[in-house]
Amino acid sequence: MNASLSSKILSGDRLALTRLLTQVENDTPEAREALDVLYPHTGRAHLIGITGAPGTGKSSLVNQMALLYRSADPPRKVAIVAVDPSSPFTGGAVLGDRVRMRDLSGDPGVFVRSMASRGSLGGLARSTAAVARVFDAAGFDVVLIETVGAGQTEVDIARLAHTTIVVEAPGLGDDIQAIKAGILEIADIIVVNKADRPGVENTERALRIMLDLAHPVAKVFLHHGQATAPSLPPNAEPVGGEGGSPSPLWIPLLQRTVAIDGTGVPKLVGAIDRHADFLHETGDWARVDRARVEAELETLLREMLVTRFREGLSGERYQDTLDQIANRKLSPWEAAQNLLNGRKR
Amino acid sequence: MTDRRIRVLVAKPGLDGHDRGAKVVVRALRDAGIEVIYTGLRQTPEMVAEAALQEDVDVVGLSILSGAHMALVPRVLELLKANGQEQVRVFIGGIIPDEDVPRLRELGVTGIYGPGAPTDDIIKDIRAAVGG
Repeated sequence: MNASLSSKILSGDRLALTRLLTQVENDTPEAREALDVLYPHTGRAHLIGITGAPGTGKSSLVNQMALLYRSADPPRKVAIVAVDPSSPFTGGAVLGDRVRMRDLSGDPGVFVRSMASRGSLGGLARSTAAVARVFDAAGFDVVLIETVGAGQTEVDIARLAHTTIVVEAPGLGDDIQAIKAGILEIADIIVVNKADRPGVENTERALRIMLDLAHPVAKVFLHHGQATAPSLPPNAEPVGGEGGSPSPLWIPLLQRTVAIDGTGVPKLVGAIDRHADFLHETGDWARVDRARVEAELETLLREMLVTRFREGLSGERYQDTLDQIANRKLSPWEAAQNLLNGRKR
Repeated sequence: MTDRRIRVLVAKPGLDGHDRGAKVVVRALRDAGIEVIYTGLRQTPEMVAEAALQEDVDVVGLSILSGAHMALVPRVLELLKANGQEQVRVFIGGIIPDEDVPRLRELGVTGIYGPGAPTDDIIKDIRAAVGG
């Protein structure tokens, strides 16, 4: 039955697609089976992340970008994944990004899916990557992923997307905000939206100074604060390696837009295409993809190993160990060691 | 392991800018732990059905205060069916005269709510309708 669900998706059936997206969001066994079948068909779509503070105009910008992709020659099929926050108290959510995307209605080359963050704190939902993958397999050329309104550390999008756009607007902060670590660092392209508003010069100046001060760095993510260089395929040149010539680094671009009327959006889309070309020319596309699947494999291995280990551990033994830690007889570290070594105490 | 949540689309079809009621319901559903997709004003039945498909919702809630419900609601129901989404439950809120209620029920509308309807009733009915 699931083989047929995935084959329907590959042939463009929108009902099958929407049903699978729900299964993926709910992390059902059926979804995992279908994702296995669809996986070989992925890897073609350009995943573009759009992040930034609430109210900077992300949804309106996504709307305009999608319109441009649709009017390109040849038109590109666009999927939009729009994430909004879930309530930490009730789990409910108001997903309101579609309000800004009414222009896209009636076009079978566009598919808009809203997602609630469901407790994830990195700006995306746990299943956003899998949802993007389904769209990729379903033949969408571009997947626009809009994060929740992000503050300073919601940077998961940069791990998922090929190209990350950070949207700023006039009046959100001074030049000290601009040199802090976090969200601005992940930008391949910075957009100053609402560029018809007063103060846009100051905002742009602060961001430009920040970019000029920057020493471009290769974007290798730290795992819990430690660099784990992704293992490179045998034929890959290490970035800035001793022997070979260092790969050129991408200098983030800055683009003004007025999302409400589309001003500046054609240039933005041009910049996104240039970034994609850059990734292909330098081999970064493959490198980033490899780093991403490695991170995913690591996470899965960790989850599965913990699950398997816990299955072989009696609840009594676990509670007993917890008691000992709570009574200060064992440190958490000693306790974990004991459990892993199968030692009693 | 699975994390299923009720998903509801709330839409205002037709030419009608009075969205306070819709927003009250959206907020109440959110507080009941439901994921609510809000489409905003002036939606055509086609737009509503398309959004319901893309979002794979369990329930569509239509807020109509323009008096055009006998034109808009049947069309939405028809389009949902045409898209293969006959399992989606349709709820209406707004100004619906009593004499129209039997016909709307007959067409397949699950719940109809006028001014002052307690949001708790709406939530209870939605849960009962989708078995959540």
